[in-house]
Amino acid sequence: MKKLVSAVAIACIVVLCFSTSAMSQRQKTIKVGINAPMTGDIPKVGEGSKYAAEMWLEDVTAAGGIEVGGVKYPVELIVEDNESKAESAVTANTKMITQDDVLIIIGPQSSKQAVPAGDVANNYETPMISPWSTNPATTADRPFVFRGCFLDPFQGPVLANFITEEFGFTKAAVLYDVASDYPKGLAEFFKAAWEEKHGEGSVVAYESFTTKDTDFSSQLTKIIRSGAEVLFTPQYYNEVALIVNQAKDLGWDKPIVGSDSWGSAETVELCGEACYGSFFSTHYAAAGAQGATKEFIDRYNEKYGYVPDDVAALTWDSLGLAQAAIEGAGELTGDIKKDRRAVRDALAKVENFEGITGNMTFTEEGDPQKCAVIVKISDTGAYEFYKSICP
Amino acid sequence: MEYFLQNVVNALQWGSFYAVVSIGYSMVYGVLMLFNFAHGDIFMVGTYIGFGIATLLLAMFSAILPPWVIFLLVVVITMCLASLVGVFVEYVGYRPLRGAPRASAAITGLMIGIIFETGNLIILGAQRFSFPALIESVSYNIGGVYFTNVKVLIIVASLILMAALHTFIQKTKWGMAMRAMSYDFLAVPLMGVSINVIAPLTFAIGAGLASVAGVLYGQAYPVLDPYMGIALGWKAFVAAILGGRGSIMGAALAGYLLGFIEIFVAMVFPSTFRDLIAYSIILVILTFRPRGFFGMAHSTRLRL
Repeated sequence: MKKLVSAVAIACIVVLCFSTSAMSQRQKTIKVGINAPMTGDIPKVGEGSKYAAEMWLEDVTAAGGIEVGGVKYPVELIVEDNESKAESAVTANTKMITQDDVLIIIGPQSSKQAVPAGDVANNYETPMISPWSTNPATTADRPFVFRGCFLDPFQGPVLANFITEEFGFTKAAVLYDVASDYPKGLAEFFKAAWEEKHGEGSVVAYESFTTKDTDFSSQLTKIIRSGAEVLFTPQYYNEVALIVNQAKDLGWDKPIVGSDSWGSAETVELCGEACYGSFFSTHYAAAGAQGATKEFIDRYNEKYGYVPDDVAALTWDSLGLAQAAIEGAGELTGDIKKDRRAVRDALAKVENFEGITGNMTFTEEGDPQKCAVIVKISDTGAYEFYKSICP
Repeated sequence: MEYFLQNVVNALQWGSFYAVVSIGYSMVYGVLMLFNFAHGDIFMVGTYIGFGIATLLLAMFSAILPPWVIFLLVVVITMCLASLVGVFVEYVGYRPLRGAPRASAAITGLMIGIIFETGNLIILGAQRFSFPALIESVSYNIGGVYFTNVKVLIIVASLILMAALHTFIQKTKWGMAMRAMSYDFLAVPLMGVSINVIAPLTFAIGAGLASVAGVLYGQAYPVLDPYMGIALGWKAFVAAILGGRGSIMGAALAGYLLGFIEIFVAMVFPSTFRDLIAYSIILVILTFRPRGFFGMAHSTRLRL
C-alpha cells in the first residue's frame, strides 16, 4: 500500500511538472531548438553547433533579445542531443516541437538525421534550418525545411570537374558508407558527374562499407588493383583517418579527395601526416578569412581554444537567418502555430543574407545558392584556401 | 596472385582481433556457462587504458627507452590493469547473480557494457582520441604484396598470446582447475577449488587478452571511440559460437575464419553485400554444425 501511495505521488509530481512547463509556454520567450549530435559518431560536430549557438545567444541577450514588431523578446535555446542517430533526431524534433514549443529548429547537421527529422518538422509546420545537410532530400517538397549550405548535386560535379581540371585524370575510385545518407548520396552524384565527363565505366571501383567498420583493407586492395588514379571518399573525420592511413599502408600513393564532411578540425588531428596534400570541397576556409568571417573565427578561437570548422560557421549563419526571419515575421501573436507559419514565410523571403560563409538567397526548395571552396591540407596540416567554385 | 596474397595478409590481421577477443567469450562460457556480453566493452576499456598508459609512457620515457621497450611496457601494464577491470566486472556483475537464471546474467553483461560506454563518454567527453603510434610504421613491398611492420606485429603477437594461453590452460595447475571447472562446476568446488577464485581468474585472463588486442588494434586503427567495442564484440561472439562454445582453440580458429570470410567476400562480391553474404555463410555452417567446429554435444557434459 505504501508503495502504491508513493507511486501515485510520484506520478502526480511528474504530471505537475509537465503541466507547469506547458503553462509557462504562454510567457513570451522565443524558443530556438538546436538538434545536434552531442554524442555518437561525430560529437565534434555537435560541439561546434552548440558553441556557435551559445555565441549567438550571447549576442542576442546582450542586445536585449530579438525585436519583433517593436517588442523585444528574450530568447531561450533548447539543445537536444540526437546521438548522430536518425531515430533520435526524429524524437528530438518531435519533443522540441510538441513539448518545448520552439519557434524554429536549427539542425540536425548531417543528412542521415536531417532527412528524417525534416519530415517531422514539415508535418508539424515548424520551420527548420539544417546548417550542414547537403542531401537534396532534406528540403525537397518540404516548404518548412531550409538549409544553410550548398547541395550534393552541386558538390559532386564540382569535385569531378576540379579533379579533371587539376590533375587530368580519367579513372576514379569511390569508397563510401552505404548505410549513411550523406556519403551514399554524394558518392552517387560524384559517380554520375564523373561518368558523364569520362564515359561509362570511368569510375573503375565503387566500393562501400557500413558505419562503424574500421577495416577497409579489402575494399582498398580492390581499389588499388582497379588502376584508379584518384580516390574519392566522402566520409566523416573518424573514418577519413582510418581510410587514408590504411590506403597509404597498402601502397596507395595517388591523390585522395574528400568532401565537406572532412572540414572538421579533427580530421587532421586524427589522420596525421597521411592526410597532408589532400583536397576537399567545403563551405568556407578559415585560413585567410576576412571581415565578419575573421571576426567570428577570432572570437570563437578565443572563447573555445580552436579554429571553428564549417559546421560552427554554418550554424552561426543559420541562426542569423533564423533571427532575420523572426524579425521579419511582423509580430508574434503568442499562437505558436501561427507564429511558426509567419516565420517560415519570412524565411522564404530572405534575400541576399550576408553570412560569414557567403551570401544567401533561398530558392523555391529552401536551398541557398552558394559557392563551394576547395581546400588543400597543407604540409603543416592547415586548411588552405585553394580555389572557389560558384554555381 | 599478389592480389590474393594481399588479401590473405589483410584477413590475417583482421582475423587476429576476432580470434583474440572471441577467446574471452569462450573461456567465460567454458567456466560459467554464460556469455559475458560486456566483453566487447571490456575490449574498449582495455584500449582506452592502453591509450592512457601509452600516452603517459611516451611523454615520460620516449627519449630514454627504445620504442619496443615502451611497447612491451604498455602491453604488460595495460594487461594488468584491464585484468582488474575483468575481475571487477565479475565481482559486481556476475557474482551476485550466480544462482540466478542465465538470462539475468546475460543482460547484466549488456548493462555493464552500456555503463562502460556512457561512463567513458561522460568522463572523457565526446572527442575522439588518436592512439599514439608506439612503433613507427614501415611499409614493405614484397612481390606486389604490401604490408607494414605493424601488421606483422599484430599477427605474431596474437599467435604468441594464443599459444601462451594454450600452454597455461594445458600445463599449469590453474589451467587444470579451469578445465575441471568447465567439466563440472558442482563437483569441483568440493575438491577444494573455489569458483570464486576460478571465475575472476577467467575474467581477468579474458580481459587481459582483450586489452592487448585493444593496444594492437590501436596501432592498426588508431581512432578511439566509446562504441568501438560493440561491433567487434558481436562478431567475436559469433566466432566464439562458430568455434564451439567453450572451446578456446575453436574460438581462435573461427576468429581467423571470420576474418577471412569477411575479407574474401568483399574481394569477390561488391563490398555492399559483404556482411550479408559473410554472415549468411556462417548461418549455413551453423545449420550443418550447430555446435560449431569444436563444441561438444551437451550430453557429454555432466552438468547439462
